[in-house]
Amino acid sequence: MEVPILRQGQYLIASIQSALTDADLSHLREALIAQVGRSRCRGVIVDVTALDVMDSFAVRTLRDIAHMARLRGAETVIVGIQPDVAFAMVQLGLTLKGVATVLDLEEGLAFLDGRTKERTLEVKPKRPSGRG
Amino acid sequence: MGDELRLTIAADVDVVEARQQGRALAAVAGFSSGEQTVIAAAISEIARNILMYAKKGEITLSLVQNGDRQGVSIIASDQGPGIPDIERAMQYGYSTSHGVGAGLPGAKRLMDEFDLKSVVGQGTTVTMRKWRRSI
Repeated sequence: MEVPILRQGQYLIASIQSALTDADLSHLREALIAQVGRSRCRGVIVDVTALDVMDSFAVRTLRDIAHMARLRGAETVIVGIQPDVAFAMVQLGLTLKGVATVLDLEEGLAFLDGRTKERTLEVKPKRPSGRG
Repeated sequence: MGDELRLTIAADVDVVEARQQGRALAAVAGFSSGEQTVIAAAISEIARNILMYAKKGEITLSLVQNGDRQGVSIIASDQGPGIPDIERAMQYGYSTSHGVGAGLPGAKRLMDEFDLKSVVGQGTTVTMRKWRRSI
């Protein structure tokens, strides 16, 4: 089951539609990281609303996606973790430390807008103060 | 004990199938959807363990009863290499396969009963159960 990756402006949106095998997850990771470069994206949203279980492999893969995308210059946000899934993750002791998570797609877009704006400001060259 | 469901685990699609069947069985046993997810996650971890270390094995799912308590039983068995150091394998965060090391100890955390038997060169059997909380 391949995960469709849509491009919206500067962002890539991968919305998982059904249960994924480990191979599907690894494929998603590779496809996203390749596409971040190809389409010069600044942000990635992975929508996991349809996932009814997240085990250690899924969590690790999402973390890898976020860290790899960051190394390629894009911010990642995971959206749509279901309450039951969050419950099981916590019991399993799985965390998404260092990875942004927000409630839904709308908040994901808002989050990325905020983050990419910050980054653009950071890289803006300083204007000479005019006092020299 | 009623019917058992035996599932072969030999590919990653089987892991998905096993956890979906496990969730369905947990629903039949009357577990809440949160607990169904917990059970499915535990099955996912031990099924993946079979794939990673033994390549092939079997998971047997069944309903169990203890007095008026209902529960589910999950038995995962393989004829793989076995676990040389069970104590270490049960340590959270320890992995010999570059995993996160949440497999066996993670499954144990999720379930009420957890028993691991392993003989090097012969294989591993994990038996775990979860009981429904009485109302």
